Amino acid sequence: MAHHPTGEEIEDTTVIPAAFDFKRASSAAEAISLMGEYGDEAKLLAGGHSLIPLMKLRLAQPTMLIDIGRIADLSYVKDAGDHIAIGALTRHMDVEKSEIVKQHVPLLAHAASHVGDAQVRHRGTIGGSLAHADSASDLPATTLALGATYVVQGPNGQRQIAAKDFYKGFLESALAPDELLVEIRVPKTSGGWSFQKFNRRAQDWAIVGVAAWRNGNNSGVALVNMGSTPILATSVSAALANGASIADAAELAANEAEPQSDLNASSEYRTHLAKVLVRRALEEASN
Amino acid sequence: MTMTDNRPNTVVGTRLLRREDPALLTGEGKFTNDLSIPGALHLAVKRSEHAHARIVNIDTTLAAALPGVVAVYTGADLESLWAAPMPCAWPVTPDMKNPVHYPLAVSKVHYVGDGVVAVLATSETISRDALDLIEVTYEVLPAVVDLDEALSDKVILHEELGTNSSYTWPLLIESTPGCVEEAFKNAAYTVKERYVQQRLIPMAMEPRAIAAVPQPFGGDVTMYSATQVPHILKVMAALTLGIPEHQLRIVAPSVGGGFGSKLDVYAEELLCLALSRKHNVPVRWVEERSENAHATIHGRGQIQHVELAADSDGKLTAVRFRIIADMGAYLQLVTPGVPLLGAFLYAGVYNLPQAYDFSCTGVFTSLTPTDAYRGAGRPEATYAIECGMDALARKMNIDPYELRKRNFIQKEQFPYTAFSGLTYDSGDHALAAEKATQMADYAGIREQQKTQNVPGAAKRIGIGMASYFEMCGLAPSRVLASLNYGAGGWEAATVRVLPTAKVQVVTGTSPHGQGHETSWAMIASEKLGIPVEDIDVLHSDTAIAPLGMDTYGSRSLPVGGVAIAGACDKVIEKARLIAAHQLECAADDLEFANGLFSVKGSPDRSLPMAALAFAAFTAHNLPDGLEPNLEAQYTYDPPNFSWPFGTHICIVEVDVETGKVQVLKYVAIDDCGNQINPLIVEGQVHGGVIQGLAQALFEEAVYDSDGNLKTTTLAEYLVPAASDVPSIITGHTITPSPTNQLGVKGVGEAGTIGAAPAVMNAVIDALSGLGVTSMAMPASPQTVWRTIQQAKK
Ligand SMILES: Cc1cc2nc3c(=O)[nH]c(=O)nc-3n(C[C@H](O)[C@H](O)[C@H](O)COP(=O)(O)OP(=O)(O)OC[C@H]3O[C@@H](n4cnc5c(N)ncnc54)[C@H](O)[C@@H]3O)c2cc1C
Repeated sequence: MAHHPTGEEIEDTTVIPAAFDFKRASSAAEAISLMGEYGDEAKLLAGGHSLIPLMKLRLAQPTMLIDIGRIADLSYVKDAGDHIAIGALTRHMDVEKSEIVKQHVPLLAHAASHVGDAQVRHRGTIGGSLAHADSASDLPATTLALGATYVVQGPNGQRQIAAKDFYKGFLESALAPDELLVEIRVPKTSGGWSFQKFNRRAQDWAIVGVAAWRNGNNSGVALVNMGSTPILATSVSAALANGASIADAAELAANEAEPQSDLNASSEYRTHLAKVLVRRALEEASN
Repeated sequence: MTMTDNRPNTVVGTRLLRREDPALLTGEGKFTNDLSIPGALHLAVKRSEHAHARIVNIDTTLAAALPGVVAVYTGADLESLWAAPMPCAWPVTPDMKNPVHYPLAVSKVHYVGDGVVAVLATSETISRDALDLIEVTYEVLPAVVDLDEALSDKVILHEELGTNSSYTWPLLIESTPGCVEEAFKNAAYTVKERYVQQRLIPMAMEPRAIAAVPQPFGGDVTMYSATQVPHILKVMAALTLGIPEHQLRIVAPSVGGGFGSKLDVYAEELLCLALSRKHNVPVRWVEERSENAHATIHGRGQIQHVELAADSDGKLTAVRFRIIADMGAYLQLVTPGVPLLGAFLYAGVYNLPQAYDFSCTGVFTSLTPTDAYRGAGRPEATYAIECGMDALARKMNIDPYELRKRNFIQKEQFPYTAFSGLTYDSGDHALAAEKATQMADYAGIREQQKTQNVPGAAKRIGIGMASYFEMCGLAPSRVLASLNYGAGGWEAATVRVLPTAKVQVVTGTSPHGQGHETSWAMIASEKLGIPVEDIDVLHSDTAIAPLGMDTYGSRSLPVGGVAIAGACDKVIEKARLIAAHQLECAADDLEFANGLFSVKGSPDRSLPMAALAFAAFTAHNLPDGLEPNLEAQYTYDPPNFSWPFGTHICIVEVDVETGKVQVLKYVAIDDCGNQINPLIVEGQVHGGVIQGLAQALFEEAVYDSDGNLKTTTLAEYLVPAASDVPSIITGHTITPSPTNQLGVKGVGEAGTIGAAPAVMNAVIDALSGLGVTSMAMPASPQTVWRTIQQAKK
């Protein structure tokens, strides 16, 4: 993978993936049945913008790719009353530009607009980003801050997983191997919000990122790239609820985090950045 | 010169769009990997994953058995194919140590990426799959990553050399023995700094690519290569492989950038050539991006110990520089000479008495070899003196611009004989600096700083300048001889007026993004009075342009462009003889303007170049003894280097809390003499500035202590994108070079040379109120933040 959130080594430097077969699924059910058929050797292919780079480096070597990228009925944004529902195959660009998302969850639309560059956003999908469970990605932390629920579908039907229960470890999620992420449900928010993405080049992954919203005593703050999973900064929200000042609450930004060191930042510097960025985010969200 | 007179159809000096661009922008350009070559085998190279190790065993059984694999070779298998080791053309001292180096390592590897096994297969994919099946057993030896550690010789990389030091090259120039030491003793101010020029990866957009194609019968072979130096490559490949030179043809198709990294003779080129001849089939290879990061040369890589001595006015009285230069694992084509290309420039644009004490030691490390990278030696030199000048200004508590003004070589002093004996052709440093400071509103920013850079400010603003002098236009052959360089510095051109008055300009330069086709046509058009669209430029194929010294060192215009002008002169003189013959007048009675020869005083008696070209072709009516056809060849060996100069100013804002640097404004005033095409000049400055700014803020080849490269993709090696750089404000002064008929200097490297010190001086300036006096490159947010924390202590 292009960035190394946990600093693991790349041994191979090839750009040509190992050989694989390819099947295109035309529905969620077909994808799930193909997953059952091919088991461990298979991987779902959505936008391909996380998977293909891994395959080119031969860090992933699936022998079967099941393309779900063209399942049209999994690409939508709907107003569902108290929440909005986003199909897993919705491209980042469509989330970013959606009037519904902009109106009811502006934080998510804004975060989507910070994913990579325009080419990446036209290809990559929200479901792929969440299923990939990369703590350095913007949308896992953003949906976590927003208290989203993910709907997943397997051979035995659908179940719902709260975002806070979804992320298990580095690139590890609560998805079973034969399950498909089909929908993301994001509660509507009101009040202030802020998305702080700190990087060296505009289109890079965040060195540290903060997604935050605040509505009086209620708030949600999540951190990008501050550990092996996206981090919900619960201490910050608790302190705010207890009346702490923004500056004091922000000092607790990294309480839940286990920041790693890499080429761009030591864990010490990451911790410092998280505090600064959480403070800035809360200041912006409180305006 | 004649090009600036008031002719109505003058093309030189206009912003003509580049004729190269439509093909490149629409994807029609043919790069080496776009060539379809039926029956070609694909080369893949198994590379060492250790920085320093002995090869114990290589098991290629499984790879050789993979269907589609045609052959697998170890270094030992191929030893008999090499007539000589890989070439280094610049033995900088008589006792320079140069380890023997073959295209594949035989018994030891010396960097991660060193080639160990070559695979030939029927497809690119199979060739890569085969690499995974090769088992190499190594006895791992300690890596040598740090330059000081390398110098200590605790671990010696090439045992046969007995040391890691390749050479020490001193340049001590004193008016009287001991005057440098004396000057330091008597100085009112001294500065002592240590700067690190981090290793950079050139990252040309097109990685290297090669296709060697044997011709039917007779043993001739054509090699297509993404190279900057087809001519040099031909000579060197012939010598290294023992192929008669006349049997080799090298073609550089469209080449997607080089920045010096394609100024080399690479192992893969020799492998493709040798194996295509051995198997008598075409052999091709294309480099992968991460392979490029490992196996194509790196640039920079120096530790610089900088000492300046100044009198009470701040006038420089002596300088001393000790350079440790990272050669990497082996000496490539000009590796040892690169730091020395800056050796004469460490006094920058300043009046320095003969009190110059420079020395450079080249040292081996177990890392990718270094070689020329945009600016090659001169950015390093300029950085040392320009950041040193800012340090001196801080010490004296005066404005760095004021300090520069006190030291500039003055306009009236040109041509200026420097402390070194070199003659600087022309210049006006004070003017360039004044223009830059005006355009950047230098005084205004200084005022703004008073209110903005207050204690506790979250964002501080800084302004930095760098005035540079570049020694380019490589180069007078005799001077190269005195530096022990293995070739000349001339350039060749042929100008051929075809019967229909269309023109072929054949050049020995080898453009790879610089726009020579456009500029050279403009020069010939201006000279011959033939419309620019009727002129074609042929290049980069040794069968079409057999003579040349290629493109690097900002040499193409001041040497190659001047050669074209010279060839045009010869064509005009020949045409004049024909015109005089046909108009029945003396050659001296003819005037030539706008493509027309006319008899002085009777303008109705005239002949256009087109008629003369046809006359030369039919040869029906030529002066006695004159050869038919209108064609001339001219080779130009420049009498001097060319000396472009300028001042760059950068304004930054530093986020004190996070350490992030944002460039607010960048002003580049460059003087490259007369400009053939100002649009192309600006393009070169833009690209150059961004590359220099990238060294200051973004790029670094990072290695761990075991010698593993950590920045192997464009996600880790931070080449800035358009969204990460400011729009650059360019301006010019024009001081023609008196040494060539076009009055031109080079501009390919200027931007890179000025940018890094201007940016770093700005960053330090922004933070000087916090006690920061130095900053490592790249000034990444973390580095800046840490430096601020340390200054607080
Ligand atoms: C140059 C570049 C820059 C980028 N920059 C950023 C950035 O700044 N911020 C950021 O957040 N991301 C960034 N990305 C990643 C991008 O957002 C990806 O689009 C996203 O991470 C993965 O989405 P995808 O649809 O491409 O998934 P894919 O690559 O197709 O799949 C990723 C993984 O998820 C699985 N998967 C996909 N869809 C589903 C599903 N519905 N159910 C179950 N499993 C599924 C796949 O099997 C695979 O394992 C960047 C990518 C690139 C190439």
